[in-house]
Amino acid sequence: MFDLTGKTALVTGATGGIGEAIARALHARGATVTLSGTREERLAALASDLGERAHVAAANLSSREDVDGLVPAAEAAMGGLDILVNNAGITRDNIFMRMKDEEWDQVLEVNLTAAFRLTRAAIKGMMKRRYGRIIGITSIVGVTGNPGQVNYAAAKAGLIGMSKSLAREVASRNITVNTIAPGFIETAMTDALNEKQRTSILETIPAGRLGSGDEIAAAAVYLASTEGAYVTGQTIHVNGGMAMI
Amino acid sequence: MSDIAERVKKIVIEHLGVDAEKVTDNASFIDDLGADSLDNVELVMAFEEEFGVEIPDDAAETIQTVGDAVSFLEKNSA
Ligand SMILES: NC(=O)c1ccc[n+]([C@@H]2O[C@H](COP(=O)([O-])OP(=O)(O)OC[C@H]3O[C@@H](n4cnc5c(N)ncnc54)[C@H](OP(=O)(O)O)[C@@H]3O)[C@@H](O)[C@H]2O)c1
Repeated sequence: MFDLTGKTALVTGATGGIGEAIARALHARGATVTLSGTREERLAALASDLGERAHVAAANLSSREDVDGLVPAAEAAMGGLDILVNNAGITRDNIFMRMKDEEWDQVLEVNLTAAFRLTRAAIKGMMKRRYGRIIGITSIVGVTGNPGQVNYAAAKAGLIGMSKSLAREVASRNITVNTIAPGFIETAMTDALNEKQRTSILETIPAGRLGSGDEIAAAAVYLASTEGAYVTGQTIHVNGGMAMI
Repeated sequence: MSDIAERVKKIVIEHLGVDAEKVTDNASFIDDLGADSLDNVELVMAFEEEFGVEIPDDAAETIQTVGDAVSFLEKNSA
């Protein structure tokens, strides 16, 4: 089950905690992977650690030009693209009344617009090959809301709406489009929390701990697999019971 | 029938799984041949591949019938 031998995958944000775990898990199941992010040394180190079947394609997702080049680069490196994981994401938190246009624009651009444009570029080949798996990493916050994150929550909710709509358009072509909504996961993004924030967050998580990147990656492997073919337009919540939706 | 028309019709028959006699010049992919909008996109991709041309989105939107496709390709393929 969940064998990805012969499949090709592009993972954005592969230099981050969750993205690296996803890339490693897809690779471990036999997929060829293209790792993307902006930190080229980090990408090269991860690729050499993975060894065979690992390619690097650096791209800054706030540059439309970089975004345009990414899917063609991945397809050229791997000879196709079966699995696209839109994982890269940023936060620019501020209370609503102080939220600046730039904070709004940057978060929407990287978290939503880049995902839209990468998906549009990838879907053509998937239609031709009659196989595709589009996976967006959204957030629990996109469903529940969070003070200080109107931009981030809007982008993450947008990703869910986009995925559901696209899922309906392409389901008949054996292409599935889903999202994974992590709760609080142990990564650089959550390392930024202070002790007090951490304690109060833990009180809201029935599992009593933060999650790991591997626990997100497990959901990604399932959605990427041929066995996951009948799951589309869904959001898999991986959050230790923090929200039950 | 020109060679281009022949090849276009073959693609349409194969892709939409329709009878050859229905694929006339005036046949509209959507209204007469049961295509949906995604099939239209796929037909355009198949024409691009078969004829080695790039069909821009605004041109693709004008290709609604078999005849539209044939005349576009007669003008634009090498
Ligand atoms: N950690 C959590 O608790 C949590 C919870 C819910 C959702 N998520 C979501 O999970 C995803 C991964 O987050 P993470 O926790 O792994 O965060 P992270 O460790 O901060 O990683 C973020 C990743 O996004 C990439 N990225 C950021 N800006 C970019 C840009 N302009 N161009 C290209 N790549 C860019 C980074 O690449 P470079 O560093 O190379 O630029 C990095 O690989 C995000 O979408 C996040 O919103 C995380």
